[in-house]
Amino acid sequence: MSTAPNLLSVVDLDKSYGGVHAVRGVSFALKAGEILALIGPNGAGKSTCFDMLNGQTTPSAGRINLLGQDTTYKKPREIWRLGVGRTFQITATFPTMTVRENIQVALASYGRRLFNFWASMPRLAQQEARDLLERVGMAGYAERPCGELAYGDLKRLELAIALANQPKLLLMDEPTAGMAPRERIELMRLTASIAREKSIGVLFTEHDMDVVFEHADRILVLNRGTLIAEGSPQDVRRNPEVRAIYLGEGLVYDARHREGQSA
Amino acid sequence: MAFYVVQFLTGLASAASLFLVASGLSIIFGVTRIVNFAHGAFYMLGAYVAFTLTERFSGAIGFWGGVVAAALIVAALGVLVEMVLLRRIYHAPELFQLLATFGLTLMVEDLVVLIWGPSDLLGRRAPGFKGAVDFFGQNVPSYDLFLIGLGPVVLGALWLIFQRTRWGVLVRAATQDRDMVAALGVNQKWLFTSVFALGVFLAAVGGALQIPRDAVHHAMDLRIIVDVFVVVVIGGLGSIIGAFVAAVLVSELNAFGILIFPKISIILLFLVMAAVLIVRPWGLFGKPEVTARRTPGLTVNPWRPLSSKGRLAAVTALLLAATLPLFAGNYALTVGSEIAIFVIFAASLHFMMSVGGLASFGHAAYFGLGAYGVAFLAKMAGLPMITCLLLGPALALAGAALFGFFAVQLSGVYFAMLTLAFAQIVWSIAFQWVEVTGGDNGILGVWPEKWAASPSHFYWLAIGVAALAVAVLRNIVFSPFGYALRATRDSPRRSDAIGIDGKLIQWTAFVIAGTFAGIAGALFAYLKGSVFPDSLGISLSVDALVMVLLGGVETVSGAVVGAIVYKALSIFLVSQTDLSKLILGGVIVLVVIALPKGIVGVLETIRQRRRPRPEPPLLASRIGTAE
Repeated sequence: MSTAPNLLSVVDLDKSYGGVHAVRGVSFALKAGEILALIGPNGAGKSTCFDMLNGQTTPSAGRINLLGQDTTYKKPREIWRLGVGRTFQITATFPTMTVRENIQVALASYGRRLFNFWASMPRLAQQEARDLLERVGMAGYAERPCGELAYGDLKRLELAIALANQPKLLLMDEPTAGMAPRERIELMRLTASIAREKSIGVLFTEHDMDVVFEHADRILVLNRGTLIAEGSPQDVRRNPEVRAIYLGEGLVYDARHREGQSA
Repeated sequence: MAFYVVQFLTGLASAASLFLVASGLSIIFGVTRIVNFAHGAFYMLGAYVAFTLTERFSGAIGFWGGVVAAALIVAALGVLVEMVLLRRIYHAPELFQLLATFGLTLMVEDLVVLIWGPSDLLGRRAPGFKGAVDFFGQNVPSYDLFLIGLGPVVLGALWLIFQRTRWGVLVRAATQDRDMVAALGVNQKWLFTSVFALGVFLAAVGGALQIPRDAVHHAMDLRIIVDVFVVVVIGGLGSIIGAFVAAVLVSELNAFGILIFPKISIILLFLVMAAVLIVRPWGLFGKPEVTARRTPGLTVNPWRPLSSKGRLAAVTALLLAATLPLFAGNYALTVGSEIAIFVIFAASLHFMMSVGGLASFGHAAYFGLGAYGVAFLAKMAGLPMITCLLLGPALALAGAALFGFFAVQLSGVYFAMLTLAFAQIVWSIAFQWVEVTGGDNGILGVWPEKWAASPSHFYWLAIGVAALAVAVLRNIVFSPFGYALRATRDSPRRSDAIGIDGKLIQWTAFVIAGTFAGIAGALFAYLKGSVFPDSLGISLSVDALVMVLLGGVETVSGAVVGAIVYKALSIFLVSQTDLSKLILGGVIVLVVIALPKGIVGVLETIRQRRRPRPEPPLLASRIGTAE
């Protein structure tokens, strides 16, 4: 994995809103198939980082390179065209359509067929849509109105939508926020298995340390806009600075300890 | 030089009333999030009541007492309206709020004629400001100078109220986050009512103060509301200082526009508005809308293409309609043709409003442009009817492409106000540019050729085109484009994240809808044999909105049903009563309150209830694992 080229590389990213310096000189890289977590306390600058990667905010300084292209000032939909799927902290789907139609719209957009005024959309790309739903375990929900889904299912639908453009990179902003503990683990396992299988890079932010330490290959820790630690879950867990400002001195998640308990 | 200065002063004086009305609208919107279409009606009522008080009771309270008393009376009326009507619709989609207050406006228009008569009323001059001041040889009415001084005084007074009183602080807090203010234990009901009272009071003062300058008449509400919408779009909704600056700007543009483009002065206003919207889409002093409420949201029934049974029913209905000439007379056939034309018009608005979430309040602009397009081609170029019918709507297409480009930069109430303002601009051009459009006299003699001249032939042509238009639009709804359009309406964030260029999609939809409206207009020109500026008017735009709403805004075929029911009803009403606006306005208000899903929506709900879907077995297990 270390010899693989970088999928995403971020150099000296900076963002100020008026007097607030939200992100200061953040640099990191992400390789294909790697699952990278971006963590930090509230207000650390995680969302701002995400918005910049995604094209929703333009950085004050620094560069973003995605799949060999400079995307620093690109729009969200241009970045999507390059092969980036994304899910939102608060799910964004199309509530007046069925689950299958949600996927079909994304597929039609990927196939550049949106300016087709004549074809019947419900009949387009049915098989591909079914495959994607199958992949996230929602095949049985295809004809349900999306507005009726439970929150955990919406999250999985969002994942399926994000996979419609056969992405090389997934950007997931708090993928498990608002879910029950067991559902969280399930969703992240699913994401991780898809990422490994298709060698998709994943960058996600998360507050649930169980999820982070179980699934991330590498962790970036942000505090007050600055990257204060970077490394494997073990390294980050042992880092005294991270402990002091973020994880706290008390109960610290330990994978071996947990495995011992559940065994 | 002196002439320009005088022109400038006249502009400033007009700005005073405009500012009063616009600031009232802005304050009400800031707190209640309602764009009060009836604000023009309150302005007009202020003028009428003040006229009566200053004419009949001037002995008791004098002119100034009359102005203040009139404003207070109208404000009390406003409170009544707020408590009876608006309280019921604070949580309704904004489209419904705009429509309900528009219905109110229609009712007031008829009531005013009923009470004060249809002719213009000339009020008396203000005591103490009867003369004129000599200004380098030009006369400036001293009353204008009074108004020029009044604007900043009111601005200062409002500023003091909002900065220095407890009530003002609450209003500012509610403008930022009304739910938070409610959570803090503030009685929201009375806060809303008092804000509405203040807003209406300002509008009524603005109207009352117009008496010495202008005749009081029953169309002054629409005239001011368009200017006010332009003012708040430029200045930014919710900003009082924005309303002030924009009122001055708009009034000066009106004052000087006449010097630059004497015939079509309104063009200048349009250019400035377009420039502001490109640079600052939320107005000079406004803030971007944070919470964009979805216009639909009443049902989650996914739309389905017609089943084979549905298709059969539609074809049968069409065939039945085609037999009308066998037993109906010429009048019925003309009415039938008109209804068919309005089916096209309503379906075109439905396409952009229901599918695209773009509630246009100025859709008549494209109907009228299609009609004028045909009239120009037939009368000036002398082209045959078929060519005119095919090319006439191109004018609507061009208009929709131009205005739509600016309009889709905005959403929600801004979109509604901007489309209304555009339509009014087109209307003004048709009205003022007499050499080309014939102005108020219209263009006459646009008769169909022999093959379509008989009522039955024309009727068949109209229902044929209508059926085709509805079928094409329906097909687009279920095409990838239609889904992309719904996607941008449902979730702009998600559609952006899957590579949909929302603005381009919406613009295209706007152009499609405008073109179809133009087709309706083209047929309408031949049906009536003439074209008048009325075909571009606000009331026609609102007719279309009501048709869509009556049929059901969240259905695929509601517009067709709505158009047939509404048009038949209104043709009947106009033939039966002089108070058609009063009844129509009442119907609109009733529909908004009692039938928000529309006729087809209600039918669908009933059908849905009769056929309960089996509960999916997966759901239960999901809930089981959720906690």
